Amino acid sequence: MSETWRAPAGGRIDRSRTVSFSFDGRTYRGHPGDTLASALMANGQRLLGRSFKYHRPRGLYTAGPEEPNALVELRSGARREPNVPATMIELFDGLDARSQNRWPSLGLDIGAVNGLVARFLPAGFYYKTFMWPPTFWEKVYEPIIRRAAGLGRPAASPDPDHYEHMHAHCDVLVVGSGPAGLAATRAAGASGARAILADHDFELGGGLLAEPAHEAWRAAMLGALAAMPEVRLLPRTSVFGYYEGNVLGALERVSDHLPMPPAHAVRQRYWVIRAREVVLATGAYERLIAFPENDQPGVMLASAALTYARRFAVRPGSRAVLYANNDMAYATLAALREAGIGIAGVVDPRTTSPAAEAARRAGIDVLARAEVVGVTGARAVEGVRVRRADAPQPVTLDADLLCVSGGHNPAVQLASMTRARPTWDEALAAFVPGIPVQNERSAGAARGVFGIAAAAADGLRAGSEAAARAGFKAAAAFAVPEAGPGTETRVHPLWQVRAPGKAFVDLQHDATADDIRLAHWEGYAHVEHAKRYTTHAMATDQGKIGGLVGAAVLAEARGEAVEKVGLPTFRPYVHGITWGAIAGREVGRHFKHVRRTPLHPWHEQAGAVFLETGLWLRPLYYTKSAETGWEPILREARAVRERVGLCDVSTLGKIDVQGPDAAAFLDRLYTNTFSMLPVGRARYGLMLREDGIVLDDGTTSRIGPERFLMTTTTARAADVLEHMEKCHQTVWPELDVQFCSVTDHWAQMSVAGPKARAVLAGCVTGLDLANAAFPFMAVGEGAIGTAPVRLYRVSFSGELAYEVATPARFAGDVWSAILEAGKPHGIVPYGLEALGLLRIEKGHVAGPELNGQTTARDLGLEKMLKRRGDYIGRVLAERPGLNDPDRPRLVGIRALSGDFERRLRGGAHIVARAGATESLGWVTSVTRSVELDRWIGLAMVRGGAARAGERLVASYPLEGEEVEVEITSPHHVDPENARVKA
Amino acid sequence: MHQIRCPYCGVRDEVEFAYRGDATVARPAPDADEEAFYRYVYERANPKGWHVEWWHHAGGCRQWVKVARHTVTHEIGATARATDPLEAPRS
Repeated sequence: MSETWRAPAGGRIDRSRTVSFSFDGRTYRGHPGDTLASALMANGQRLLGRSFKYHRPRGLYTAGPEEPNALVELRSGARREPNVPATMIELFDGLDARSQNRWPSLGLDIGAVNGLVARFLPAGFYYKTFMWPPTFWEKVYEPIIRRAAGLGRPAASPDPDHYEHMHAHCDVLVVGSGPAGLAATRAAGASGARAILADHDFELGGGLLAEPAHEAWRAAMLGALAAMPEVRLLPRTSVFGYYEGNVLGALERVSDHLPMPPAHAVRQRYWVIRAREVVLATGAYERLIAFPENDQPGVMLASAALTYARRFAVRPGSRAVLYANNDMAYATLAALREAGIGIAGVVDPRTTSPAAEAARRAGIDVLARAEVVGVTGARAVEGVRVRRADAPQPVTLDADLLCVSGGHNPAVQLASMTRARPTWDEALAAFVPGIPVQNERSAGAARGVFGIAAAAADGLRAGSEAAARAGFKAAAAFAVPEAGPGTETRVHPLWQVRAPGKAFVDLQHDATADDIRLAHWEGYAHVEHAKRYTTHAMATDQGKIGGLVGAAVLAEARGEAVEKVGLPTFRPYVHGITWGAIAGREVGRHFKHVRRTPLHPWHEQAGAVFLETGLWLRPLYYTKSAETGWEPILREARAVRERVGLCDVSTLGKIDVQGPDAAAFLDRLYTNTFSMLPVGRARYGLMLREDGIVLDDGTTSRIGPERFLMTTTTARAADVLEHMEKCHQTVWPELDVQFCSVTDHWAQMSVAGPKARAVLAGCVTGLDLANAAFPFMAVGEGAIGTAPVRLYRVSFSGELAYEVATPARFAGDVWSAILEAGKPHGIVPYGLEALGLLRIEKGHVAGPELNGQTTARDLGLEKMLKRRGDYIGRVLAERPGLNDPDRPRLVGIRALSGDFERRLRGGAHIVARAGATESLGWVTSVTRSVELDRWIGLAMVRGGAARAGERLVASYPLEGEEVEVEITSPHHVDPENARVKA
Repeated sequence: MHQIRCPYCGVRDEVEFAYRGDATVARPAPDADEEAFYRYVYERANPKGWHVEWWHHAGGCRQWVKVARHTVTHEIGATARATDPLEAPRS
């Protein structure tokens, strides 16, 4: 197609170059300097989308970020991005976009029948219509609604682009680069302040971009700013939120104007800007008027028509009507005439005004005391129906463009987020920023000061004030544009036209004035309730052009003034931003990083299958190629029971505790006593929370009179360290003790099995490992080769076992030396699965039992609660409810049958007999026992040990499984503890 | 986004800290009764206005810091070391 709607001259487009782009599969041409919106308009494409609820045809309504209608899907494949306003898309060669919310095509949309049944789709209709029967919601209603409503489609594959976060500090941040913003930035910059100027547009200038008469001033200002080393200009940057501490968030679209980001460049940058002072020069949004069919393609805001004509040199129509209640909108008439557009007339509710008189003098027909009651045309405006106060019959003006202005709303969104309550301006019939709470002030149209000259002067004032408040002296002044003949800014409030037909207050969410009245009638009279009930102002445009109109309709229904009804609270984000930008670089492994033990390379080459536990990667088991299912796990576990195994337990939390009061501190942390522990011995310890529930367990060794080495479970290492810090710093600061995590400093490996001593005797030097010299729970130091090692004779498996710790750098040497020494004994490395199997056989508690709900008594560990001395959790652990004999207690369970197909599952309920539904408790841990050759497990069962010998059923209704089990001691293996002491 | 003055490290961004609750309650003496411990663990005032809280400088010096914070405006006021007194300003 050709650019038949492009004016022959003018505009800020580069006519020397042509770019080609596609929309809904058709190829069009435009120029650098165009937005997708202006280029489509130049090509005569007026229908750009379908509305959310009624699937009504929609075209461009604005020329900026407030656009409610022209949302498109941009790019394709992994870079597909939904719901981007066409007005915000800078045209580039090869751009590919599609319309949304239409099926099968934009021209023929089956969903448009919603419009025919519209009286059945009033406000709140989801809540009313789709309530019953309840099961229908999931299966029938929601899929239909999701297909019929909804906007664009997100990409289905991972985003290939990069995003980053940037933190910036400045003295003065200026938001918006119109005349006020440019002047404020220059005033601040000239004083020496570090200033940042951010604007969403790809060209700086705001409203100046549609004012060729002020181009010289704009260029001079930008030249001056570029020469200031402390001023940073951020075009293509939307400031979306104002947070506490004078922190503002912004999104810079670094590469969105390119087909794809250059190598190593980010697509978007998320700015966190901490500013001493802020100038909000965010301008104003023109607002619509709620008259019937005010959504038809061809209806647009007067300021948008002016922008398209002047900035982009496109004709939004061929013959226009202006419908306005204020003189500022009359400026559009001149712009349209310059572009060669005929003026069919002006519809003005007022009796007269200076601008109306001027228009009449220019030969334009102004219909005073008149209102628009509808438009004609099926898919686009063909005529405008006008009703005059003195003539009951409407007349139809022949026009294909209807420019609307209901006044201007200063963009108070950012200021409101600071909790500065907007105040009502009677003359503008709009809210203006309230008394600042944070270090900010608004300037120009953002506070109701309209006109280039007045806004520039206001920006100069605001920028100087901000710099002064930030501690900088005012510098030499600079020229601002001369004020011309003033334009009357007073507005004749006009919110809606009462006439048959749909009068929209929210175009994107299809909320009408009738919907607002219905909400009020049904009791949703508060503006926040009406908003949620009708979804008015909840769309991606956040009601920038219709929010106040909806509030005014509600105010009329309530019989109150609109300023009393107010607006819903503004929250971030002012403009939509992408998830990619929010995530920044915190994606994939940058989001969840990996902790590897010092032995990781060995595990990898040995064919370990890894499991992520928290951040750790731990070997689950080591495969031999032919093995499947449980085979490698059982092989590893059998090796430990019969011979000897080697396991990497470096992930255990390790905390080095030192100081004269170290023992006293541990006595208060643990339920059992450590002050009596001799040097060179380890002890199992149990730690409670202050509420009496078990926090963690582990062995702690005394390696000097004033030095202990604690171990924690892998999962709780960080929690325990923080618990200790809290206890020491806030509860017992008088204790002279220091501690820190040494988890990553030490590699630790468990040598377990009947041959463990023989293996270590073959490689450890400097330590007598004879049972008498180094008994169960002994701790000592020696060496393996040149590596210093510390040995702990502790066992998690129930076998004779030692844990060997060595500084992380010796990990590989020590591991290999033990394997070498173990070769004659048939040593086997074992992983987490075998470790778990062995501990369940032995009946040691772990994560599934220490689940944040169990007490020491629940776990059969009541003997560890010392009688004397204070410790965390002591008092509340004695509460009657926690000592109820009917609480579930730890037991062992054993499948009666040796049939491995009839498996036990963690989470199964223990019930009295097959088919019973009363739960007596639940299964916490299960495994296939190598010692008993059947499924076994641990369970929490009411009655606990008293049920030993009872035959009950482990029921898992989700899989329809019931397995007969016998209740036993948790210690399936070696309950006498003979092996560990052998 | 807050900045919090750690008494040990100076002004730091709030992301370095973990909020850890009411700093106006103190663990009862060891011989206190169950009721006292119950109040210590479970009972909390919910003040509207200034409040003294624990913030753990988890991404910094690992110290528990007393921080005066306004529960309505989120304003961060004075801070103090765990062992130093910090009175909540009058709201």
